[in-house]
Amino acid sequence: MARKPSLEKAFLSGNEALARGAWQAGLKVACAYPGTPSTEILESLAAFPEVDVQWSVNEKTAYEVAYAAAVGGVRALFACKHVGLNVAMDPLMTSAYTGVNAGFVAVVCDDPQMHSSQNEQDTRWAGVYAKLPILEPSSPSEAIDFIQQAFDISEQYDTPVIIRMTTRISHSKEDVAIGPRKEVPIRSLQRDMRKYVMVPANARIRHEILEKRLVKLKALSERSRLNRIEMNSTSLGFITDSVAYLYLKEVYPDASYLKLGFLYPFCDEKIKKFARSVKRLMVVEELDPFIEEHVKSLGISKVQGKHPSYRLGELDQDLVRSLVAGKPKKVKPRPGRAPRLCAGCPHWAVFSVLKKLDVFVAGDIGCYTLGALPPTSALHTCLCMGAGVTFNEGLRRAHPEQKIVGLVGDSTFVHAGIPGLINAAYNKSKGVIFILDNSTTAMTGGQPHPATGKTIRREPTKRLDLKAVCQACGADFVDVIDPQGRVKELEELVQQRLAADALSVIIVQHPCVLLK
Amino acid sequence: MKKQEVYNITFGGVGGQGIITASELLGWAALYDGCSVKKSEVHGMSQRGGSVESHVRFGRKVYSPLIGLGQADFLLCFHPDEHPRLKPFLRKGGTDLMPYLEKVQQIADNPRAVNTGLMGVLAAFLPIRPDSWEWAMQKVFKPSILEVNRQMFSKAMALVK
Repeated sequence: MARKPSLEKAFLSGNEALARGAWQAGLKVACAYPGTPSTEILESLAAFPEVDVQWSVNEKTAYEVAYAAAVGGVRALFACKHVGLNVAMDPLMTSAYTGVNAGFVAVVCDDPQMHSSQNEQDTRWAGVYAKLPILEPSSPSEAIDFIQQAFDISEQYDTPVIIRMTTRISHSKEDVAIGPRKEVPIRSLQRDMRKYVMVPANARIRHEILEKRLVKLKALSERSRLNRIEMNSTSLGFITDSVAYLYLKEVYPDASYLKLGFLYPFCDEKIKKFARSVKRLMVVEELDPFIEEHVKSLGISKVQGKHPSYRLGELDQDLVRSLVAGKPKKVKPRPGRAPRLCAGCPHWAVFSVLKKLDVFVAGDIGCYTLGALPPTSALHTCLCMGAGVTFNEGLRRAHPEQKIVGLVGDSTFVHAGIPGLINAAYNKSKGVIFILDNSTTAMTGGQPHPATGKTIRREPTKRLDLKAVCQACGADFVDVIDPQGRVKELEELVQQRLAADALSVIIVQHPCVLLK
Repeated sequence: MKKQEVYNITFGGVGGQGIITASELLGWAALYDGCSVKKSEVHGMSQRGGSVESHVRFGRKVYSPLIGLGQADFLLCFHPDEHPRLKPFLRKGGTDLMPYLEKVQQIADNPRAVNTGLMGVLAAFLPIRPDSWEWAMQKVFKPSILEVNRQMFSKAMALVK
């Protein structure tokens, strides 16, 4: 047998590469709440004993804990899916003012095509809105490189840095060159109130510093090797980012490229220079015309963008070809199997009861959202994390006489449902809230959460008592029932609680069948 | 390796059939063989029995992580129901390994080894060295199931010829 090659290469997904790169950069603290397609970043980091990792209660908490660790003086990372960033926007926006001590990177994974999400928002706008730099890898190899640079930029420019990924990059694998860890000394804790206490007088000064920082970051973007001009034939030039670059290279190997990796602030001079050097100039990007609109704002009139139909969904080589030809997007549907609740899933029992009782079900985000699909078709709203609880209240305010219930999962209830339950109790709302407690964050692959009593590394920890929490929030009745073989009992209980003029919580408790 | 610029292999089936493991095996084998490799799949809801599709591309230099329609050199379909959906990926003159599914199922003692069997079939068509496959199996399979998979791989490989 030939000698097995000693690998300085590994076969890593974008998420694994980010984790590896962050570890190599001396990362000490990492926080996240699970969310497809970002989940594997923290799961991969959990394998590195040098990193203090946690599943946090929600993204706001995760952002704050990780960011505070960076303010404290160690390199820290926050990761989320695009909609998770919405939950963390409050700390994010002002952390742009306060800056960092040690490096801080927020990784945000968008989901073009909505493979597993409720919307298709484009996180690149967050750079403009929050005035933060955005780096955008196109591949796992770039992910491992960019995240190490992101920590350096964060420290040199005293700013949080956003790394924007997409599902395709997070979940694609490739051969990636890996390296050793670089230990970074812990910085001392600073009592710098003018920097870290955001009262108006201090914040006004910090806003000015932020604006000046953006100018410096723009200069960095101009000279960054992450914004790369590849001159080939001058008859056609592309300005592009993210995975779109790879699709283009596949189809148009002879064209010229301005490949944006340091996306925001934009490298205006490089863009203008590149625009002058090619005859036909096109911007190709997934989702919103973010780059296109900026290039147009520079007065570059010859630039061509995409037909608005390409603002929806992912690209691929075939779509890139039709996009460049100026044709609207046409996708032949290739219908696949719809996902459904697993055989033996404890949620089936709940949905069979709800369907039979013909109630309006305000749903939430999790496996149980599949209850909206046939054969159960017994879930009628799904908006965002925690809205199963608050929708029950709001819908009842519109129709107090109708049979309406709320439904939320255990992890989702802890993430965002608790304030809604307190609100309902405080504002004298009634009704029945179901907590489908399968003892895991199932939809994202089974991560522990506070009510499981296990940490991300499966170590035992304090277990949140869901029943006691609901009682403390002000629920009049809190029942706990295992639905296995007790559908009739469950139905009777639901009927009884529906008939009561009370705020009730029914915790339907049975472990997920996928739990090992 | 007899050089074709890039080899494109499309995998498909339904959740729980070991498709991701199979494409992982190919990815590592190509990597050990000194190739540039890309693999792409979306596994958002695959555990819930949805369709699973995985693309592996390897060669001297690979850009896109996806295979375009009509570009796959090989199609490995793990479930007959998924075949019509996946067929458009196959290029003209490409090899459809669908006929081997039943044969592999017949020689598999355990339905969970069918994926490795199909990889053995694929290996018979690819210019990847046996050592690279062996190292890939050591990488992907736990020691407790390595030997079972190794045997299935060879047995299925012998079906081609």
